[in-house]
Amino acid sequence: MRWTLLVCLFCFAAGAVAGDVGRIKAATGSVFLERQGGRLPATVGMPVQESDSLVTGADGSAGVTFSDSSVLSVGPSSVLAIEHYAFDSTTHNGHFDASLKKGTLAVISGKMVKHSPDAMRVRTPSAIMGVRGTEFVVKVTEPGS
Amino acid sequence: MFALVFGALVVLGAIYAQPAPLEETVLVLPSPDEHVVQPPLEETVVVLPSPDGHTGTVVVQRGGERHVLNRPFAASRTSGGQSEMTQLSDAEVRQSFGAALKALPAPPSTFLLYFVTATDELTDASKDELKQILAALKERPVPDIMVIGHTDTVGELETNDLLSAQRAERVKGFLVEIGIPAAQIQTAGRGERELLVPTADNIDEPRNRRVEINVR
Repeated sequence: MRWTLLVCLFCFAAGAVAGDVGRIKAATGSVFLERQGGRLPATVGMPVQESDSLVTGADGSAGVTFSDSSVLSVGPSSVLAIEHYAFDSTTHNGHFDASLKKGTLAVISGKMVKHSPDAMRVRTPSAIMGVRGTEFVVKVTEPGS
Repeated sequence: MFALVFGALVVLGAIYAQPAPLEETVLVLPSPDEHVVQPPLEETVVVLPSPDGHTGTVVVQRGGERHVLNRPFAASRTSGGQSEMTQLSDAEVRQSFGAALKALPAPPSTFLLYFVTATDELTDASKDELKQILAALKERPVPDIMVIGHTDTVGELETNDLLSAQRAERVKGFLVEIGIPAAQIQTAGRGERELLVPTADNIDEPRNRRVEINVR
């Protein structure tokens, strides 16, 4: 566990490394990245990887720009999982599966959606969204909140 | 009596000696504070017009139901098991999604700079424009930048590959000067392989002598 943490810290310190798919461009309040069972405070400039989850507290919000120029942001009390991400900067082929477990999400789709309209999918607990080149927002409210 | 107590102890001992599979099951459950969302009370999806006025399409598939959202502020909503297509106002969207929208990073943009024939010197017009471009780049938090050099078709392919790389490096130098970390700037030289204005070979075309700055 300690080694995993050290390796993670090293990755962050080293900046862009293989496996980075985006970068945090905005972060206010409490914002975390969950990676491989660990939870790290997220700050502006930190790389985002496939399988990361972006988690915000009641006062938090954060924005991420991905390598295909997609931009995503979350508002307070949100959990967004980057489930799958791949992008070929030469062919613009790729796929992007994200899942909003709770909270609010704003999305502007990027180059892979321009190239192939079915490349991006966003899930919520009850729905799955296909994206055809656009800007949109999603909100999931839990019972009792 | 002794036999009974002993028997009970043996049974208890056997129970204690057992591994505790129940505990393991509990351990793999995600923490209850998040990730586990019981049937949600409400979900809303809204399509927004982009700044250029264009509105794309989001297809919402919920069970057997399918909502196609393709007009500004068209929304799909589910609440307590009931779903509907509806229309929200700009103000309603700002109210519900204000924090997320405020955190949305600026969409990536592209700038072009032009060069004097066969050199890595900017044209006078591009020198003027450089200041505005640098100011725009400085406003972005942690920019990721790709600088791509190009040439016109005058000269040999290899010479142009080299010249285009030099142009890209020159522009990278300007960016580093204003404090953008070199590690966040990638460069590439495309020579005459990607003409902005298609021409025959050996054509002096100023618009092809350029560097493209992509920033996200």
